[in-house]
Amino acid sequence: MNTKYAVVIAIVAIAIIIGSVAAYVYLSQPSASAPSITLNGAGATFPYPLLNSIITKYSTNVKPNVKINYQSIGSGGGISDLKTKTVDFAASDAPLSASDAAGAPNAVHIPQTIGAVTLAYNLPGVSSGLHLTGKVIADIFQGSITMWNDPAIQSLNSNVTLPSKAIVTVHRSDGSGTTFIFTGYLSASSSSWNSSVGQGKSVAWPNAPGGTIGSNGNTGVASTVNGTQCSIGYVELAYALQNGMTVAAIQNPAGNWIQPSLQSTELAVQSGASTGLPSGDASWVNVSLLNAPDANAYPIVSFTYLLVYKELNVVSGMNQNKATALVQFLWYVVHDGQDLAPAQAYAQLPSNVVQIDEATIRSITYNGQQLPTT
Amino acid sequence: MDYALTQSHLQKFFSNKIKLTGDNLFKIIAAAVAASAIVILLITGYTLTTGSVPVLQRFGSNFFFGTAWNPVEGREVYGALPYVLGTLVTSGIALLIGVPLSLGIAIFLVEMAPRVLRVPIGYLVELLAAVPSVIYGLWGLFIFRFWILNYVEIPISNTLGWIPIFSGTPFGLDIFSAGTILAIMIIPTVASVSKEVINAVPNSIREGAYSIGATKWEVIRNWVLSYGRSGIFGAVILGLGRAVGETMAVSMLIGNATGPAAMPTSLFKPGQTMASLIANGFLEATGTLQVAAYIGVGLILLLLSLLINVGAHVMVTRVLKVKGGAIE
Repeated sequence: MNTKYAVVIAIVAIAIIIGSVAAYVYLSQPSASAPSITLNGAGATFPYPLLNSIITKYSTNVKPNVKINYQSIGSGGGISDLKTKTVDFAASDAPLSASDAAGAPNAVHIPQTIGAVTLAYNLPGVSSGLHLTGKVIADIFQGSITMWNDPAIQSLNSNVTLPSKAIVTVHRSDGSGTTFIFTGYLSASSSSWNSSVGQGKSVAWPNAPGGTIGSNGNTGVASTVNGTQCSIGYVELAYALQNGMTVAAIQNPAGNWIQPSLQSTELAVQSGASTGLPSGDASWVNVSLLNAPDANAYPIVSFTYLLVYKELNVVSGMNQNKATALVQFLWYVVHDGQDLAPAQAYAQLPSNVVQIDEATIRSITYNGQQLPTT
Repeated sequence: MDYALTQSHLQKFFSNKIKLTGDNLFKIIAAAVAASAIVILLITGYTLTTGSVPVLQRFGSNFFFGTAWNPVEGREVYGALPYVLGTLVTSGIALLIGVPLSLGIAIFLVEMAPRVLRVPIGYLVELLAAVPSVIYGLWGLFIFRFWILNYVEIPISNTLGWIPIFSGTPFGLDIFSAGTILAIMIIPTVASVSKEVINAVPNSIREGAYSIGATKWEVIRNWVLSYGRSGIFGAVILGLGRAVGETMAVSMLIGNATGPAAMPTSLFKPGQTMASLIANGFLEATGTLQVAAYIGVGLILLLLSLLINVGAHVMVTRVLKVKGGAIE
């Protein structure tokens, strides 16, 4: 009796294993009737909402036979997948560092969208219009300006009565492109920040005497700032706009106080990029849109990038059809795809950046051959 | 003794016939499934060890006992001590708060609750275990931390703030909040297992105790809990296991300090556990050393969990059996 049951169980188990293998093999065969192409991408979480809406539109309206998977596993994960050549494209908030570029030779940068960082604050009695400079922000986060009514802040806000309360700083606890942009701005604004903390997706945050709290994601920082009086933190522009957060106006190099907005962000990219961007296959490590020269440009702005190999035959599973589909998708992202940006509270790429992207996408080859972009 | 796998061992395993009968096939499958548990643990340990080699080579024992944590390229320093201590302290708070409450629930349900309450409350407690940790985290972040802040931390800070472990300005995002949410999260596990343990105490024990004139309190304390102590200890270890490894809820409430600031010197200070540190940083980690540092913290977490479990087994088998007398 027991033996019979055991045989039945064994047979069922074997049948399940064989069945699932067969189903997997069958499903992974491209069906002959409608040749479909699957592109895989992975990387940054910041551009995900925009990228996802572009992908959805592209797969439903433009190329129904092209299926695109994008996994927002983080820039670091995207870059490591690019190095191992297991994805067709990657997305990163920061350009490839020298060591990453060595691991992914001949990868090109395609600026895909723009990130801006806002300073959100919770200060009873100051419901809007706080003015801050890069130096003062750096001093606050470094803990050398500790009180809201410090003369350094008060002199920027002569018409506001600032409370005599300790400043609580709030930062992202997860590694993030937003932190990368923000700490880059602080490094550019303050030599003492630059020498003691520096720039990174996560950094060794100095302690503010009033308190320093790390929170997870834009949502976590926003919630902590909203729930903690006398606090200041940084959140991504799209998140701040969509949630109507109270954000500071920042002084730009022209001396103007600029509220963060899509428009002031786009001005920053237009003027910042006009000073000469590298070509797609050069290093982008030194590209900076911070403190752009336009008189009305918001100063804390940066690109996020799509990364692909210039010669696509190095990618595993690549073929002529896939390579063509990838190039056409990239073309769509930097052209029609940009129209979807404002609805998602992202800034659109200005035309001078689109031109650089066009040249980069045209330079992508498969087995040495150029690929049609439309 | 000779533990080598010999013909006779195989024969014993296969009921003296090394033939592919159904029963033997079933035994093979069962043995393979059992072996997978060992294999998975070995693979995990191997992966974590090889993955953390770069950071161990670079920092040596400073990785275990250092307090600095700087992931900025060119300034990298990694020391895991604050997060090991943070894990121990938050789990300790969770046990301190959670275990008495859980035992209270279990004792009430088994020994005192009227029949109409016993089943529904028992179900509700077990249902709490099914709530995903991220839900506890969200609830903690948006609601619970303000209760803790306004009704516990601020009063304590105002009156007892001079004691070092209560020093600092409380924000509700600190070691105490994280420990408290962990306590809530381990209650269903500890309570429902303890309930079963107390349930399994034979009625003859209780009857004997009552017959010599013991009060309810004395019966529960001296006989029921004593009889079930190894089972209850097991329940506490299960709870501790959950507390040590919990990630999302902790990361949302602990304030996520890094470096020396993360040393758990005060309950009302942001801290960090190993699990929350990994959850925070691993996704965006770049560069060999940084990735290795997070994997290294994972290795310490695995070792700590193993240590807790092995220690618990040793305690249950050595200490409790000898002293308990009534056990087993």
